[in-house]
Amino acid sequence: MSEIAPTEIALTLGPVFFHWPPDRLLDFYRRIADEAPIERVHVGEVVCGKRMPFSDAAWPAVIERLERGGKQVVLSTLAAPVSVRERKSVEDLCGDERLVEINDVSGLPSRSGKAFATGPFVSVYNETFVAGPFLNVYNEASAKFLVELGARTICPPVELSFAAIGAMSLKCPEAQFEIFAFGRPPLALSGRCYHARIHGLHKDSCQFTCERDPDGLAVDTLDDRQFLAVNGVQTLSNQVQAFCPAPDALASRGIRRLRLSPQTCDMVEVARIYRGLADGKEEPEDARFALSCLDLPGTLVDGYAHARPGWQVTVTA
Amino acid sequence: MTTTPMELVCPAGTPATLRAAVQAGADAVYCGFRDETNARNFPGLNFSRDELAEGVRFAHDHGSKVLVAINTFARVGDVDIWKKAADAAAESGADAIIAADFAVLDHVAKNHKQIRLHLSVQAAAATPEAIGFYAAHFGIRRVVLPRVLSLQEIAALNRAIDVETEAFVFGGLCVMIEGRCYLSSYATGKSPNLNGVCSPPEMVSYEEGPSGTTARLSDFTIDRYGRGQPVGYPTLCKGKFKAGGKTSHLFEDPVSLNAGGMIAGLKAAGVTALKIEGRQRGKGYVSEVVRAFRKAVDAVEVGGDAVDIDRLLASQSEGARQTAGAYEKKWR
Repeated sequence: MSEIAPTEIALTLGPVFFHWPPDRLLDFYRRIADEAPIERVHVGEVVCGKRMPFSDAAWPAVIERLERGGKQVVLSTLAAPVSVRERKSVEDLCGDERLVEINDVSGLPSRSGKAFATGPFVSVYNETFVAGPFLNVYNEASAKFLVELGARTICPPVELSFAAIGAMSLKCPEAQFEIFAFGRPPLALSGRCYHARIHGLHKDSCQFTCERDPDGLAVDTLDDRQFLAVNGVQTLSNQVQAFCPAPDALASRGIRRLRLSPQTCDMVEVARIYRGLADGKEEPEDARFALSCLDLPGTLVDGYAHARPGWQVTVTA
Repeated sequence: MTTTPMELVCPAGTPATLRAAVQAGADAVYCGFRDETNARNFPGLNFSRDELAEGVRFAHDHGSKVLVAINTFARVGDVDIWKKAADAAAESGADAIIAADFAVLDHVAKNHKQIRLHLSVQAAAATPEAIGFYAAHFGIRRVVLPRVLSLQEIAALNRAIDVETEAFVFGGLCVMIEGRCYLSSYATGKSPNLNGVCSPPEMVSYEEGPSGTTARLSDFTIDRYGRGQPVGYPTLCKGKFKAGGKTSHLFEDPVSLNAGGMIAGLKAAGVTALKIEGRQRGKGYVSEVVRAFRKAVDAVEVGGDAVDIDRLLASQSEGARQTAGAYEKKWR
């Protein structure tokens, strides 16, 4: 568990949502390890258990490289495990001595250690975890419930506003709160695979067509307006969240971490921009402009952070 | 195979619908308070505290149960509103509270031990580990299953857990895992988890053009209809979109769920209760659907074939297009 100085804002690199081949993952994380001013890096497949046989081979080398580069590695778990193999993967990861991100309640029993087996209403837990954005934490009482189970960092669902997360953070100072600052926000998960459906296939014989769309496949309206993106069983927005708060706005709400979600654009540069912003060396509007100059899969939005529809753009906080 | 008869759980958006559902043969009705604490927070719908108490008396007098949905996620700083709703439900004499939020579940488990807790579909618990967690921590007695599991998966799940399961059999079909879908708030700012609404009516508009009607939700075109074509409600996940060079109902066709032909299969899979969706529906609709499912469930319970439920319900399906959804594995 890394401690953050009281005034410091830390950067977290979230898990890669897309089906990137092992070589791409290795190259991506090698650069992150060497060049990105990020303290904490999430690794692991979150969206689709069928992809795991491909990426599993890459993770030991990725983790070794990141840790050698001084990064704290967090193992992210599947957001919607169903099959025996998927459930086993969650259980295995939750047994790891590293910090684990729990993205489904399925992971809570195995992460909360032996105490869980002693019966109902126990609240003594030794192992810690990150409560990921796929867990429904909408209020301070739910946050405190998870803190009692061992949550130390909480990244609430993407639809919650900066004000709501800030209010939760001030009422639950036991946890570090993290806000989804950059990347296509994840909007939905299904049992159905939309890549397979678009290609006339079924999920069980999907041929991994999602690999062709490393930022997700654009979904436009009938009048050609950019709207959403699909990534296998996941739906994201087409637009890219780029919430650029001033560091004192974060500090006054007790929000200690900004999550950057990987896209194919230059994530090292994204991290540098956010580092400058968090250190007060770059103004929010300059950070936003610098982000807009990158090769992004969609236009920049920040509606959710301002309690507005997610697709909207407001003036930065 | 379960030996006790399956329970038919029916929607009640208003006191009149509650009475209609009970009289049509509902084993249980579910309803919510007239506020944001339930996932059907629509104008003109739901119950006051007094109406609930009266509804419970009526249902109990007729041998039916009442389940109260307090199944949205409490707003930060306002958790007391949700706790008070749970207190009121417990005081009304209702038979169970349906909840999803850790905060609400924890409050009921600690303060109202006499009332059954059902885990709402909004909690999206689909594994033995998740359901076991909720059972161990809150003593839940039943889980309402996400509408994305196949019959085989439900059967396997029931073998691995010792709480009851409730499965949707008729009405709206969520293709996304419920309680984890933010499509509506992305487009409109309002969502099931935040506000108890999805694709809210005040954000819907229809535009007439020379070639037909465009249905929009907020700023986004969700579908287009040619002249003379029936115009549908623009629910986001049932819309027509362009992706990968194709124009299609990408997420799901504008269909509704009808698993009337799967009642025997659901029973064999160990399901305890069958749920009809539609608290926004009027009492005529609810009466007809409940009566049809009552006949079908009774037929299955005596070992016969399900009655022809499609014929019984021909007038009530959304645009007459229905699906058995994820219960059939090919849906994926």
